[in-house]
Amino acid sequence: MKLKEGQVRIPSGCAISAVISRDGNRMTGEKIIESMRPMHDRSNGLGGGFAAYGIYPEYKDFYALHIFYDDNTSRHECEQFLKEGFEIVRAENIPTRKHKNITDEPLIWRYFVNPLASVLARVQLDEKEYMACTVMKINTEVKGAYVFSSGKNMGAFKAVGFPEDVGEFYRLEEYEAYSWTAHGRYPTNTPGWWGGAHPFGLLDYTIVHNGEISSYDANRRFIEMFGYKCTLQTDTEVITYIADYLIRKQGLTLEEAASVIAAPFWSSIEEREDKDVLKYLRCVYSSLLITGPFSIILGFNGGLMALNDRLKLRSMVTAEKDDKVYMASEEAAIVAMEPNIKNVYSPAGGEPVIVRVKEGAY
Amino acid sequence: MTINASGLDFKELNEQLRNIEGDVEITGCMGQRFIAAGMSDRKIDISGIPGNALGAYLNGATITVLGNAQDAVGDTMNDGSIIINGNIGDAAGYAMRGGEIYIKGNAGYRAGIHMKAYKEKHPTLIIGGRTGSFLGEYQAGGTIIVLGLHQDGKNIVGNYPCTGMHGGKLFLRSDCKDIKFPQQVTAHKATDQEKDEIRNIVEEFCKKFGFNADEIMNSDFTVVLPDSKNPFKQMYVAN
Repeated sequence: MKLKEGQVRIPSGCAISAVISRDGNRMTGEKIIESMRPMHDRSNGLGGGFAAYGIYPEYKDFYALHIFYDDNTSRHECEQFLKEGFEIVRAENIPTRKHKNITDEPLIWRYFVNPLASVLARVQLDEKEYMACTVMKINTEVKGAYVFSSGKNMGAFKAVGFPEDVGEFYRLEEYEAYSWTAHGRYPTNTPGWWGGAHPFGLLDYTIVHNGEISSYDANRRFIEMFGYKCTLQTDTEVITYIADYLIRKQGLTLEEAASVIAAPFWSSIEEREDKDVLKYLRCVYSSLLITGPFSIILGFNGGLMALNDRLKLRSMVTAEKDDKVYMASEEAAIVAMEPNIKNVYSPAGGEPVIVRVKEGAY
Repeated sequence: MTINASGLDFKELNEQLRNIEGDVEITGCMGQRFIAAGMSDRKIDISGIPGNALGAYLNGATITVLGNAQDAVGDTMNDGSIIINGNIGDAAGYAMRGGEIYIKGNAGYRAGIHMKAYKEKHPTLIIGGRTGSFLGEYQAGGTIIVLGLHQDGKNIVGNYPCTGMHGGKLFLRSDCKDIKFPQQVTAHKATDQEKDEIRNIVEEFCKKFGFNADEIMNSDFTVVLPDSKNPFKQMYVAN
């Protein structure tokens, strides 16, 4: 039997890239796919994926669940479970095209759902918390089912393969998003399972990540105290849950969350004007400091945040053109999307670059 | 000869480059890695964005890039020149041991990391703008010069410059009053004699990029040297 993620640990390299329109203008998926081509050699064909925001306006009030199934038995079991707690307004296969480089695909389904009011009243959880618990429950208890996307008006698309091929496989030219993120994976060894590709997502938070964090177990032990279950042994999964915990549950701003996970060194905090806040965050959330090399792009409804580890052990470049902001591991990836970029910038380690769509435009 | 790099992967591009004798212009470059690796005695002009490890192990060739370059330019280069008419990514001149790298704009993190010198080999890295953190990390030899001609108001260098420095020399065109150096190095205002050491290379820099060398050399420079009486003994762990 092939080992899946969670049964073996795989360090990874990777390429990331993203684009967002501050005016909320929607873009089809071709350009973000193009951005991955110059970075082809940062991936090795064992994982590629994309997250897209604003793609389901006709169902924007429903949670879009993207689920991989091993077979129809797991699908029936999962659907039975979903029906007990949710109104399902639409269930369908996610459209794909046959692709010579993408093989062994699982069943790939999409559901637009809302928790039943009666259920929420009984369990006394807010909607998002109930949704997050449901994702954890399916991913740990329903054999052969894996929810890989669970936010509103957004979706992740991922597979085993090179990102360019994955984008074509999922027909991303048919989606229109105001922001896209992309990932090409370079694990040094892999059991080759689709769930292990990036982006990782919970609710509308998604992470694409280049790097290999060395604080995984410290982070995991802390975050699992709050109901998150790290089932895949990949550092990106734990970063996703940290983002959800800090931003949704603890109510931190993005800037504060960034200074928790990429906290400035004690030796440089004293010189900072905001040293009291920084010291407080380092003390309270010391177990959520992420060490080791990473560059990540966090996607969420209405924005993106790029962040490097505080030592900047991975590359990251940002640039602008008109209403659009671009972020990527390499400048070439950005130029592949837009040849006439301006304000090319390399963020410092631990310096978040946060871009939001203007209010009302998404 | 011109090579249009559009649609070529790094192997095809480098193979074409090797199969042509004499000077070459590469157009439409789009992130291809290892361009001109190990090459000697020729001129290569590049437009577009060359990929990582441009001019790795360079052995005498002259590479000119019209715009920006990415990470690890001149990795372990032995001889020759690399001229970047823009900004450069992280780890520029990584472990270089000979030749010169001229950067018109800013450099990213870890510029000049582990540069070294040996006998007649003496590498030089000269940066027009500012640099990120860990400038000259583990520098063992050679000369790093940062001119601070950038206009964005940021410090000439980020945090933790010269960490692990144990050889070579670093010149910053600044009084460096806001810069914190490690205890194992010494920083002092450059003497006229020390400034004379870099006059030629600064003049060459100005000739390439259109700056005024006299104006630049009339400023105060700070020189950083390893403190041989108090060297780095252990950096991160006690073992």
